[in-house]
Amino acid sequence: MIAQFVSQHLLALQVVLPLIAAPVCVLLRRPTLSWLFALVVTWVCFAMSVALLIRLEGVGTIVYEMGGWPAPWGIEYRIGMTSAIVLVIVSGIGSVVMPYAKASVTAEIDPARHYLFYTCYLLCLCGLLGVVATGDAFNLFVFLEISSLSSYVLIALGRDRRALTAAFQYLVMGTIGATSIVIGIGLLYLVTGSLNMADIAARLPEPDTNRTVLVAFAFLGLGAALKLALFPLHVWLPAAYTHAPSAVTAFLAATATKVGVYILLRFIFTVFGASFAFTAMPLDAMLLALAVAAMFVASAIAIFQNNVKRMLAYSSVAQIGYMILGIGLATTGGVAAGLIHLFNHALMKGGLFMAIGCVFLRTGSVRLESMGGIARTMPWTMAAFVLGGLSLIGVPLTVGFISKLYLIRASFEAGLWHFGVLVVLSSLFAVAYIWRVVETAYFREPTAEAARATEAPLSMLLPTWVLVGACVYFGIDAELTVDTAFRAATALMQANP
Amino acid sequence: MSGGTTIALALFLPLAGAFGMVLVGRWPNLREGVTLVTAIALFLIVSSLYGPVTEGVRPSLALLSVAPGLPLVFEVEPLGMLFGLIASFLWIVNSVYSIGYMRAKQEHNQTRFYACFAIAISSALGVAFAGNMFTLFIFYEVLTLSTYPLVTHAGTPTALKGGRTYLGILLFTSISLQLVALVGTWAVAGTTDFADGGILTGTASDLVLSALLLLYVFGIGKAALMPFHRWLPAAMVAPTPVSALLHAVAVVKAGVFTVLKVALYVFGLDLVRTLAAGEFLTYVAAATILLASLIAMRQDNLKRRLAYSTVSQLSYIVVGAMMANGVAVMGAGLHLLMHAFAKITLFFCAGAIDAAHKTKEISKMRGIGRAMPFTMAAFFVASMSIIGLPLAGGMWSKWYLALGSLESHHYVVLGALLISSLLNIAYLLPIPVRAFFASDEERGVWGTGIKEAPWLCVGALGFTALASVALFFFPGPFYRLLSLIPGLGS
Repeated sequence: MIAQFVSQHLLALQVVLPLIAAPVCVLLRRPTLSWLFALVVTWVCFAMSVALLIRLEGVGTIVYEMGGWPAPWGIEYRIGMTSAIVLVIVSGIGSVVMPYAKASVTAEIDPARHYLFYTCYLLCLCGLLGVVATGDAFNLFVFLEISSLSSYVLIALGRDRRALTAAFQYLVMGTIGATSIVIGIGLLYLVTGSLNMADIAARLPEPDTNRTVLVAFAFLGLGAALKLALFPLHVWLPAAYTHAPSAVTAFLAATATKVGVYILLRFIFTVFGASFAFTAMPLDAMLLALAVAAMFVASAIAIFQNNVKRMLAYSSVAQIGYMILGIGLATTGGVAAGLIHLFNHALMKGGLFMAIGCVFLRTGSVRLESMGGIARTMPWTMAAFVLGGLSLIGVPLTVGFISKLYLIRASFEAGLWHFGVLVVLSSLFAVAYIWRVVETAYFREPTAEAARATEAPLSMLLPTWVLVGACVYFGIDAELTVDTAFRAATALMQANP
Repeated sequence: MSGGTTIALALFLPLAGAFGMVLVGRWPNLREGVTLVTAIALFLIVSSLYGPVTEGVRPSLALLSVAPGLPLVFEVEPLGMLFGLIASFLWIVNSVYSIGYMRAKQEHNQTRFYACFAIAISSALGVAFAGNMFTLFIFYEVLTLSTYPLVTHAGTPTALKGGRTYLGILLFTSISLQLVALVGTWAVAGTTDFADGGILTGTASDLVLSALLLLYVFGIGKAALMPFHRWLPAAMVAPTPVSALLHAVAVVKAGVFTVLKVALYVFGLDLVRTLAAGEFLTYVAAATILLASLIAMRQDNLKRRLAYSTVSQLSYIVVGAMMANGVAVMGAGLHLLMHAFAKITLFFCAGAIDAAHKTKEISKMRGIGRAMPFTMAAFFVASMSIIGLPLAGGMWSKWYLALGSLESHHYVVLGALLISSLLNIAYLLPIPVRAFFASDEERGVWGTGIKEAPWLCVGALGFTALASVALFFFPGPFYRLLSLIPGLGS
């Protein structure tokens, strides 16, 4: 009975479960209890998204009508290959960060507020999953706001008072982004009279004759760019990542911007269509230019950061540039490379932020000066950091290498070989900023903090190594990643509204 | 045991050895025992492939497919066989030497040293046996990273600075040039598998192919073609056994070996000959031969002088590969072997002098022959091999290289080879000569009796010096091995 029910409503439950679970955390109140509950919920969510991905095999798309109301009147959930991948990434990271969060949250957040953390975490997870699963434009906006509002709270929970200003900055920027998305959706509604994305796509008039559609496209593009922290709209990201609690940074860095990229993909390909975005509108040229700027400027800034979390945050902005570069190539290979990197980057950045969170737990600082010689007292943590860093650089046998391989190949095949060269050149910046940390941690004499530090608890080390191990595993056996990404990219390119 | 299993074992054994060394790291004797046993076992395993390879078989092993069209595969062909034999054999000798050296110098972190060494050897074998460019590239990068802790072993600011240069240049060239070439090959040929006669012929315009060749040869930074040679002198901050095996044999030879593989099996000699880039690179390599020799003359630090000498000698192999005729490539292949034995001897001598007398500067070595007669005699023999004089193996490789340059009418290269030999005489021979023929006053500094380095060191360097001589009389097996490559030999 139950199995049948779950199987029937799997797609809805994926989103609804964390939504219902979030308030339960408030009722549970006790830190350990609410943690345990949230842990179970995230793991169930992960299991469901994996089940969805498996079920998608051979079907192509799964559609679910909320409350039995058929689209376009009711809200429709619709996932294809791309959404399924992003669902797995988001819920997967969510479930790996959860066990890690226990020790980290205990150290960084006032015990009286622990239940708030878990509530907001689940809400944020629900919002991110909802954005990906839904086929309704307005519903997408609602879920986006759920995830954004809860992430403002999560960031503000940081013990550092600068976390408040960082959260406020993100709030302002995020609201601008959300507003422009809702304006874009409103304009589309104006033109088509529908909120269902597939329906909008079908009803869109010949775009180049309709100025309203062009404006809607611009607003949606701007909103998505803000959410995914596309250079130069990235300014909210470094501050937010730097001052948020470690677990929050790890979770958001690996998921929130990825969902931003997903929103961009969803609107470009399935609502407006590739031919409109790249032929009628010069989106590809814009994306390529901004991506290259992100790759170089953000990487260069990262080199000069003494706060390792901030350094990794700038690195994220640069890495988002790689994903956007792939999409901007506007070929199947390019979009696939972007998706491959989306997955790979979630693994490595999650792992890196978790490793640095371990350092923060033991030394109370993430500044480079205080990390001298820390590899002697925290060998496992720093080994994880090195592996994650090698991935970021793109060394063979790590996921970063696979990403780079396909990005370069895609630019060659698109005839834009100079972008391939730019990819490799910018990845050299990563060598510089990662190696500063490695040298400090391994070859300096231990600082007072570092000498006092002990290895991080197993509950944090294990999740960190799960992600770092995945970086190596999917770097050696990338068939699954590559295959799935290419199928998703083919589906996206063929989506013909 | 099938060929595939043997290959897997050869790659795996040093890693297992490294693990064992870490486990027994607390007991130095046991740890060194593990090193020696691993090294000897490895050589036996690698040499068991020699028989099949000479019979024309190419043992192979397909591990897994990393991504569609990019499998991790290994295939032992004659050139890889030669490189594998050199690396695994000299690892034994070098381990013996290391034990004497590291103990005499009372170095710290010896376990890390031996373990990283083993990993480096494993990746060098991965390079040697790689069946496609993708696999080769992976092991090439692992080799760079696993040798970094060895270069910075001392942990001093100088060592860190040297390590930064080392890693910086090697990663810059491999990521920004070689990787682009690799993906370019994959994009135009659809595969990166090595094949006799190459895989690129007719796949793209000459301009694109020329660009690829340039990206490859400059991108293989380990071949130390100018202007990407500075990592090699920088790496001399490493302990001497590292310089000896890695920066005279495994790492640098992995570089020139890759150049040869690219010329033979990715482009094919016929294609290299027709490309403008091949001609250009021939002259770049010839210039490197001369310039590096000139710079070597001005170095007073013995290891730095040897490093520049290595830069120069490596370009002999690049020049051979780029002239791309059978005779020249034969010379290049033989030089891989001859230079390995000679240069490791010279580095062993430099380390022995340092270990016994804490002397690194050539200007202070006058008259040292009285205290270290065996070391300096070995130095003399190895110098002869580098110069290319008879009674030392180095003569053969230079002979074929010169013949090759005549065959394809590269008279400039011939001139460069001749001048370089003279320069070699000028910067190498004075060292042993002044060591033996010095004034009584200079000799007096070194005391009256013999004061050699630990006997393990002297034994090792004496052995490799004798091997250099033996290679003069018996180059046959290696010549025959290389002749199995289609298009090689006369």
